Amino acid sequence: MSSFWSAWIIVLTLAFLVFIIWLLRWNMTNFTGIKEGELMDHEYDGIVEINNPLPRWWMILFWVTIVWGFIYLALFPGLGNFKGLLGWSSSNQEVLSIAESKAATEANREAGLIVQYDREVKAADDEFGPLFAALSQRPIEELAKDPEATEIGQRLFLQNCAQCHGSNAMGGKGFPNLTDSDWLYGGSPEHIKKTLLDGRNGVMTPFGNQFNDQQISELATYVLSLSGRKVDPELAAAGQKNFAVCSACHGADGKGNQQLGAPNLTDNIWLYGGSQETIEETIRNGRNGVMPAWKDILGEDKIHVISAYVYGLSND
Amino acid sequence: MSQTNPQQIEYNLKVVRQFTVMTIVWGIIGMALGVWIAAQLIWPELNFDTPWLTYSRLRPLHTNAVIFAFGTSALMGTSFYIVQKTCRTKLFSDKLASFVFWSWQTIIVLAVITLPMGLTSSKEYAELEWPIDILIALSWIAYVIVFFGTLVKRNTSHIYVANWFYGAFIIVIAVLHIVNSMAMPVSFTKSYSVYAGAVDAMVQWWYGHNAVGFLLTAGFLGMMYYFVPKQAERPVYSYRLSVVHFWALIGLYIWAGPHHLHYTALPDWTQSLGMVMSVILFVPSWGGMINGIMTLSGAWHKLKTDPILRFLIVSLSFYGMSTFEGPMMSIKSVNALSHYTDWTIGHVHSGALGWVAMITIGAMYYLIPRLWGQTQIHSVRWINIHFWLHTIGVVLYIVALWISGVMQGLMWRAVNADDGTLTYSFVESVSESYPFWFIRFVGGLFIVAGMILMAVNAYRTIKAGKPTTETIDVAPREAAAQSA
Repeated sequence: MSSFWSAWIIVLTLAFLVFIIWLLRWNMTNFTGIKEGELMDHEYDGIVEINNPLPRWWMILFWVTIVWGFIYLALFPGLGNFKGLLGWSSSNQEVLSIAESKAATEANREAGLIVQYDREVKAADDEFGPLFAALSQRPIEELAKDPEATEIGQRLFLQNCAQCHGSNAMGGKGFPNLTDSDWLYGGSPEHIKKTLLDGRNGVMTPFGNQFNDQQISELATYVLSLSGRKVDPELAAAGQKNFAVCSACHGADGKGNQQLGAPNLTDNIWLYGGSQETIEETIRNGRNGVMPAWKDILGEDKIHVISAYVYGLSND
Repeated sequence: MSQTNPQQIEYNLKVVRQFTVMTIVWGIIGMALGVWIAAQLIWPELNFDTPWLTYSRLRPLHTNAVIFAFGTSALMGTSFYIVQKTCRTKLFSDKLASFVFWSWQTIIVLAVITLPMGLTSSKEYAELEWPIDILIALSWIAYVIVFFGTLVKRNTSHIYVANWFYGAFIIVIAVLHIVNSMAMPVSFTKSYSVYAGAVDAMVQWWYGHNAVGFLLTAGFLGMMYYFVPKQAERPVYSYRLSVVHFWALIGLYIWAGPHHLHYTALPDWTQSLGMVMSVILFVPSWGGMINGIMTLSGAWHKLKTDPILRFLIVSLSFYGMSTFEGPMMSIKSVNALSHYTDWTIGHVHSGALGWVAMITIGAMYYLIPRLWGQTQIHSVRWINIHFWLHTIGVVLYIVALWISGVMQGLMWRAVNADDGTLTYSFVESVSESYPFWFIRFVGGLFIVAGMILMAVNAYRTIKAGKPTTETIDVAPREAAAQSA
């Protein structure tokens, strides 16, 4: 904030509080020319007003809150660029990236400033960090069999993952079910952990420009036939002719490719829905699935514990 | 002197009658919508899988209907009544007053059509799209002209305190609406705010909180300052208290918006400033409650027999409770618990149903017989039944949401001492809230039942009477007489 706007805020705030003080003092004196307790000299539709003094307890309360207001504004940020005598702030509000945030946290710690969010995070890390560090030393397959570790993993999952994958981890449209053994990117402990750490971006190219409606309909029919669904064999055969384009990612047999995150089309498990219309929509418009990267948010140790929970869901 | 040659003036009560009837109609519709969406929280299938009956579209319709249809019709009607009576003059312009009525009702009908269609600017309490926003601005400017024009041609030397509050409400709402609704239209039904990011959020809550402060507080304090002394037939307790609490209230409210954005991307200094002003605001807010309740000095016995006065005085108790609760919730460490929970919704309804609705209902029961040439309402006993239905409803509502709100706040922050993970997932706090949402729903049923009883009582009274014509003889103001 420029010093002009800072001064603007300070002057406006202090002038306003001074006005409130003046207002209160002015009304503490009897300026009306009427004796206290008597009626004012005007009347409106039969309504008259008494010139009673301000109630004493109310006036004292008013002074107390005003004095408190000045003390608060002296201690905490409020008056423009003035940071307050305590050097408190809620968080590093001006950072634009995680890297900047980490640098600001370091700088503030060295300067002895109170950044509330950083302090709370540090306190939590100091207290619970060793627990997660110890857990991260154990193999995921082993953790997945440890009831205590999976409970911790489940709670972390419910707070961070359930928004997309559901409380029961069974997913939803566009969000994979984590309880079956169908994996887009692989279901080994290493693959799961890598998915959590770095995220994934599952892109299905749109083919609406390349194929006409008839061809898309035929392709969808062929795709349905791959998982053993009853379809018109002629349409499916017509669709198969164009499937070469799809096989680049999904494989000639349609069994998918975990390197690319290309789904298996033969298992009757559908990420975006398995109706003729939905599959046509997928082919025509493509899909863009995003799993965020959690490394910088949760840290590797907690991700290790969540990976064990997710691994355990389909590897009892 | 002019006393020898008085003028006869006939008050414009027609527009007051129109607003009075619509206040009751919109009250029932708006509150019934609230009960419906409260039921949807418990039984989601009540949206019948129809897009325009979903919670997301009916909720803004509920808030618009109760604030701008019920509340604002009540404020417009009573302000036109009070400004005439306390200034001993007729309205500045009957045609313009009629325009205010019809344009405002048109706006509400447009809201009833467009909000369920999903047409929304997505700003809370300012959802209506830009063509309707322009109509609101025109209607409101006409309202400004009628109200202040009437004040200017008054036949009294001073301006009564009720009109200070109405005046502040009318001016500030015009400014808030125009500034917050600034948007770039991309089509006839869609626009985008001219503000971006944290600035947009701040402008929105500067608007949002002052809609509470000026429409739902200052406006209704204007109503209180007329109907409480009239119904109690007692002088207003303290003139000087009204001076100090008026100026402090309108001055402090303007700063309070940032407390809606604690612990967000809003700069720390803005949050602190909003919090300090909100806490100081507690005291002038109570000034209004003291002045209203103390006006009853020497007339407390009337509460036993007069259910209208009971509505008015209990509304002031809810006002005092809400204006204590609000500043407390604006304190950051309290807000960290209360924010985003049902506590906020409970707080709003203790103000909206306890204060705003009860003072309005009391005013309506006062006005209806007087506007339709009756000395008495059809049934005073029914007013008493309405009072208890409403009071029980409000208490059920706010107590249920206090409990669920505090419970949600505590569940969200509960941490396992062993590993530092959160104890509960969000959905667990949702499933724990169902019993309280049911009690809230029952409270809402009580309130709507009371409103329907009021409508029947009003209908019977209106049917038995006929529109009042009220004339007064006025001596033109001394100043006017001298210049004449």
